[in-house]
Amino acid sequence: MHEMSIAESVLGIVEETARREGFARVKEVRLEIGRLAAVETEALRFCFDAVVRGSVAEGARLAIDETPGTAWCFGCSATVPLQSRGDLCPRCGGAQLQVNGGTEMRVKDLLGT
Amino acid sequence: MCTTCGCGTDQVTIDGKAHSHGHDHDHHPDHEHGHGHHGHDHGPAHSHAAGVGADRAVAVEAAILAKNDAEANANRRGFTANGILALNLVSSPGSGKTTLLVETIRRLAGDFPIAVIEGDQQTSNDADRIRATGAKAVQINTGKGCHLDAHMVGHALEALAPAQDSVLMIENVGNLVCPSAFDLGEAHKVVVLSVTEGEDKPLKYPDMFAAADLMILNKCDLLPHLEFDAGLCEANARRVNPSIQVLRVSATKGDGLDAWLDWVKGAARVARSRRIRGAVGTGCGASCTCA
Repeated sequence: MHEMSIAESVLGIVEETARREGFARVKEVRLEIGRLAAVETEALRFCFDAVVRGSVAEGARLAIDETPGTAWCFGCSATVPLQSRGDLCPRCGGAQLQVNGGTEMRVKDLLGT
Repeated sequence: MCTTCGCGTDQVTIDGKAHSHGHDHDHHPDHEHGHGHHGHDHGPAHSHAAGVGADRAVAVEAAILAKNDAEANANRRGFTANGILALNLVSSPGSGKTTLLVETIRRLAGDFPIAVIEGDQQTSNDADRIRATGAKAVQINTGKGCHLDAHMVGHALEALAPAQDSVLMIENVGNLVCPSAFDLGEAHKVVVLSVTEGEDKPLKYPDMFAAADLMILNKCDLLPHLEFDAGLCEANARRVNPSIQVLRVSATKGDGLDAWLDWVKGAARVARSRRIRGAVGTGCGASCTCA
């Protein structure tokens, strides 16, 4: 359940940004989470709602942009889409794949007042 | 969460004590108050400021785990400066990590000092087993936490003070999921998988096997009694991580341990030569092979 730690880290960034911007309230937080980032987004939503209670972001809407997973296929010598780690190359069926995209975990922006 | 030092939980203890800080605060439940966000919308200054009440979007573009990564890099700089090889041992519970560590310490005792950070939700049983070998050990109890993070390890290092050119083994909480996301500053993650588990574990928990540089297949003395296909298991590990190295060992019987000890010695030589070359700040990362 490392989504709780991730939610706490998100709140830390949100609180710091809110202080800097002089926000009394944060209404929306937008994250970018890669498909291959090992984050269960529903668990993250649950944890986020729990950790923001009593904070400047209490009740804030959590928007999550999911970015696609990609990998370098040694067989194709090309970047190919990858739904999940351990999948075979959708082009050649090979297993020699090195993930090169979709592991992002970022706070993109927030809406405050 | 404490916003001064980033402590995520009040339940983390190091050798049974709440960890200490350079800055002053006790971890009582009220410490989240006082950040100043209460009353922001009542002050007269606010009521005169332009644009108050209007929603405003601000770009943040911050990596969520940036704080952990910064603390991990601070740990890593300390390791590099002191020639310390730090390994992060990860596995599911019961794979034999502690037995492997005890045997490793016993066999490497004459080569270099070894110190151990033990991570478990509760008890100091593992640290006690390590201390019985004569090695220095610190126990981190994460309470309800499912993984070690760089901050806890930083505090454990203050208590442990590993020697120059030593080997530091960090035994993470037994969990094949969460520890994969948290860099502790180690040179390598080593994933231990025992043959009494399934050979499809690398496919079921791919993130951990993708994050590791070495897989130790432990309890191989039991293979004749099991229907475990070790070749298939290795193929599955390479499917999620084409560059992962694999060693087959039995920590209790000693089979294959020499290859593991040689791997540790080789990595320790790299750590020591980095210190000697003063490689701090040159940008060489954990995966750099320039040494």
